[in-house]
Amino acid sequence: MEVLFAPLAAFLAVILLPPLYRVLRGPTVFDRLLGASVVGNKTIVISCLFGYAFGRIEMFLDIALGYAVLNFVGAVAIEKYFSSREAGR
Amino acid sequence: MSILQEVVAIVLFASGVLFMLVGSLGLLRLPDFFTRTHASGKVDSVGMMLCLGGLAVHEGPTLSGVKLLLVIAFVAVSSPVAAHALARAAVRSGLRPWRGAPDEGGPDR
Repeated sequence: MEVLFAPLAAFLAVILLPPLYRVLRGPTVFDRLLGASVVGNKTIVISCLFGYAFGRIEMFLDIALGYAVLNFVGAVAIEKYFSSREAGR
Repeated sequence: MSILQEVVAIVLFASGVLFMLVGSLGLLRLPDFFTRTHASGKVDSVGMMLCLGGLAVHEGPTLSGVKLLLVIAFVAVSSPVAAHALARAAVRSGLRPWRGAPDEGGPDR
């Protein structure tokens, strides 16, 4: 499994690109937020793989847990902001 | 035992990466925001849970494995909730769902 960590991280970085395109060129602001959420999800897995690659999985797992919490809280907070405005497009 | 553990970890991680690939393509190709929410909220979160589950099987019963299970539990709760919250905000701000292109035989508006 150890030899697969770098190719899997590279493949995850490649399939990070379609959500990034959706963030840049989304027709509505909700498409951009959804793309940012998906980018955050993939970043959590990539940071865990970085932890195995650098041999410090404990520290990178704490970073991944904090990143998951921040991703969720940010999405819900921005949802509250845009649902109170009229037509956030 | 160790061989079996590695095989299970690799199978879980590879299937998770496959789900993530399908979720990314769905986010790129589907026609409007609500169908993209379908790709993000279900396919991508289950792909991420499978990836982290493969890493937890690779890690074994240590503190890092328990932390990985904690991340999986949090993602299983939070990722569909975030997608649902975004879809609800889109409906409240007046975004209408896609009813099909009128020249492709879809249902009319």
